[in-house]
Amino acid sequence: MSIKVLYFASLKDRIGRSGDELTIEAPLTVVEVWQRLNPNMDIPDTLLAAVNMEYVGLDAKVSDGDDVAFFPPVTGG
Amino acid sequence: MTIKLSAEIFDPWQELVDFQAQAVDMAGKYGATGVFVGTMRDFNQGDEVRGMYLEHYPGMTEKQLQRVVEQAQGQWQLLDVLLIHRIGQILPNDTLVLVAVWSAHRGDAFDASRFIMENLKSQAPFWKRETLESGQIRWVEKNSDGYSK
Repeated sequence: MSIKVLYFASLKDRIGRSGDELTIEAPLTVVEVWQRLNPNMDIPDTLLAAVNMEYVGLDAKVSDGDDVAFFPPVTGG
Repeated sequence: MTIKLSAEIFDPWQELVDFQAQAVDMAGKYGATGVFVGTMRDFNQGDEVRGMYLEHYPGMTEKQLQRVVEQAQGQWQLLDVLLIHRIGQILPNDTLVLVAVWSAHRGDAFDASRFIMENLKSQAPFWKRETLESGQIRWVEKNSDGYSK
């Protein structure tokens, strides 16, 4: 099972990658996905997350084939 | 409803003329057009700004914009909505965003255009990266609250 992870904006710069692929054995929560991929980086206070392009809380479940995105507060308009 | 992301500079007033010219079905039915045009400033947070890059999340940005417009359509009586938002490299004085709503009455037009604008700013995944006059590059960390000064 695998999931795709994307990072945007200042978070992408801090992490130094625009995305990751993660192989998982069982469904994880969003926060667990973060911890697996960025074990040495605290979760930013203002972190936003989306699963399949919908905003979710950090305790949301992530399953096989899902697209997960992490990003800072949005600043459009 | 028409939602567009534009990587090119656009003239909001020409867009309105063109949109109304093809919207023959609503001709005679609207008494109010609520229009908001957001333009890039050459200053922000006390610094002179030379230019800006607007990043977005392809797919999610369109989805969230559509949701905001649908919420407005559910709350007010609207005949049509046009929303155009810039992406990519932007210069001061360029139009950043156009929100236009057509309605029979002004109350719906005023309120819905405000609602769409405020909600897109807090929900649509766009991020601004400014290049200052000094050459420094920085991400804008958050949008100001549109309801307070």
